[in-house]
Amino acid sequence: MAERMGFFTDTSVCIGCKACEVACKEWNDIPDDGFVFRATSYDNTGSLGASTWRHVAFIEERSRVPADQDRDGDDGSGGIEGWLMSSDVCKHCTHAACLDVCPTGALFRTEFGTVVVQADVCNGCGYCVPACPYGVIDRRERDGRAFKCTMCYDRQLGGLEPACAKACPTDSIQFGPLDELRARAAERVERLHGEGRPEARLYGDSPDDGVGGAAAFFLLLAEPEVYGLPPDPVVTTRDLPAMWRWAAGAALSLVGAVAVSFLSGGVLPGEGATGRTGARGRRGGWRR
Amino acid sequence: MVPEAEFRSYYGQPVIKSPVWHEPHMPAYLYLGGLSGAAAVMGVMAGLSGRDRLALTSRVTAALGATAGAAFLVAELGRPERFLNMLRVFKPTSPMSMGSWILAVHSGLTAVAAAPVLLATRPASRIAASLPAAVTASLPAAVTASLPAAVTASLPAAVTAVLPAAGDAASLASGVTGPLMATYTAVLLADTAVPAWHEAHRELPFLFAGSALAAAGAAGMLATPRAQAGPARAVAVLGAALETAAGAVLESRLGLVGEPYHQGRAGRLLRAARVLTAGGGLLAAVAGRGRVLTALSGLALTAGSLVTRFGILEAGRASAADPKYTVVPQRRRLEGEGRAPARAPARMWP
Ligand code: SF4
Ligand code: SF4
Repeated sequence: MAERMGFFTDTSVCIGCKACEVACKEWNDIPDDGFVFRATSYDNTGSLGASTWRHVAFIEERSRVPADQDRDGDDGSGGIEGWLMSSDVCKHCTHAACLDVCPTGALFRTEFGTVVVQADVCNGCGYCVPACPYGVIDRRERDGRAFKCTMCYDRQLGGLEPACAKACPTDSIQFGPLDELRARAAERVERLHGEGRPEARLYGDSPDDGVGGAAAFFLLLAEPEVYGLPPDPVVTTRDLPAMWRWAAGAALSLVGAVAVSFLSGGVLPGEGATGRTGARGRRGGWRR
Repeated sequence: MVPEAEFRSYYGQPVIKSPVWHEPHMPAYLYLGGLSGAAAVMGVMAGLSGRDRLALTSRVTAALGATAGAAFLVAELGRPERFLNMLRVFKPTSPMSMGSWILAVHSGLTAVAAAPVLLATRPASRIAASLPAAVTASLPAAVTASLPAAVTASLPAAVTAVLPAAGDAASLASGVTGPLMATYTAVLLADTAVPAWHEAHRELPFLFAGSALAAAGAAGMLATPRAQAGPARAVAVLGAALETAAGAVLESRLGLVGEPYHQGRAGRLLRAARVLTAGGGLLAAVAGRGRVLTALSGLALTAGSLVTRFGILEAGRASAADPKYTVVPQRRRLEGEGRAPARAPARMWP
């Protein structure tokens, strides 16, 4: 197995140009994902999906000016404090729920430690879709199969870096061996703190988190949920043994309920005296 | 009432993806799987206690339920022609993989168990009597009468002689797969990132077991001569009670995450299901051998079990669509415990 590769997305230098989105679409030949005017910010892509493997979130932060001082944006910039931009992508989790639950083995772990769907195996069962704690993978309805970021498996096999990282003009998206990236990210966040930006934090870098660490992790400038990321995701299969235990209890209860019903002879209050069975039953019910 | 939770999100967009499963496929499959699973167990008990008519009804119900359920499952796939890829791997971390194997074995067993009935190695009159009334009514009489005879005639005598014994053995075995069939679907839903499903992983199996019992009991009541349907009525009553109790516990325990179960369309569906199930269960308890009450009760329980499944799917969708249910509990977990984010499983899944 080759070294585990990853993405470090440093959102503090992202300029929201969406070059990564375009490069990803072009290289991977992804069909359009709808032409929707979302009327929120400079983002009409919306979210990751079957046909969107990089998504640049764009947040216009409003300053929290007290109501009486807020002049209602008369200068046109009213209360906009800053822009947050972040290029989101599949996290290629250490404990990947999508991979755990895939019943066909279409999702597999590559020699680079990434998680990839084999399009010739996926039967479109759709199970991976609600399993992902980040809402990354989706089923392309007109095709029937599930799709997501492959971290450019094909380019990596050819010794090239993924298209998004290659296209990023500010090196906000950095690609490399995960260990190196983690060290570099720790340095970067410390430097930002030193420069008076205490809001800088790493997201998904810790091997101790609920997914065992993400191969694609981020430096964020606000809480993860502001970017549409879950604050404390946990791989759902962590609780699978407990789930099966509860199901086993329910299965045994089912058997018990049927057994009781038969052993009690099915006598319920409405049955009346048992002696009347034959005659009435035959007249009323037998269809011979 | 849960107090309104403060939280931030990306323009109110969902964090996770909603289940993509369609209506009616998914809920119909959940219902049919439950029906088939519980009916198989009834078939075993009826056989062991010498209630032949109820055993026949149950076996046929189990086989029809599994077959129809499998059809819905295949139709739900994005690539139905690749259904067999489900059996490419045996994967304990995937409830859908385990479920596919359970379904494959269970539908095979129930088909073999029902074959002697359907192939008329038992008297034809008893077959017709054991089929649900709706099925018999929808088939031309000539077909029902001639088909089994025609098939039997074309089979070697040896096969027809061996069928009943094989059928009995298969029926016994389906007593093991049946309970799994009726409850694994709860794990299927719970093993997702959908908060309303995942957090309900204790109650959902019992809810589904109850719903399955009610459905199978109802089928037994509707399709068996009333004098012999006593145990089916009891199964229906116990099932309705279990489903109602599990639903009540679920809704009271989950708090904020459980909101989707009593709000909006899911809330309306589940309230209707509760009325149908509880009402049907009460009726079954007093129906005795009354024709009208039995029919009413059986239909109410069938509808209740079906509507429950639609409601649960809808609740999952609503839970996934609102970022509140994903963000707030995770935030509380982080802040309440004042610790680093949750830890992954100690052991690596394959
Ligand atoms: S982020 Fe989602 S789709 Fe990507 S590896 Fe993790 S679970 Fe799978
Ligand atoms: S949709 Fe495809 S990739 Fe996703 S779980 Fe099903 S078979 Fe696996």
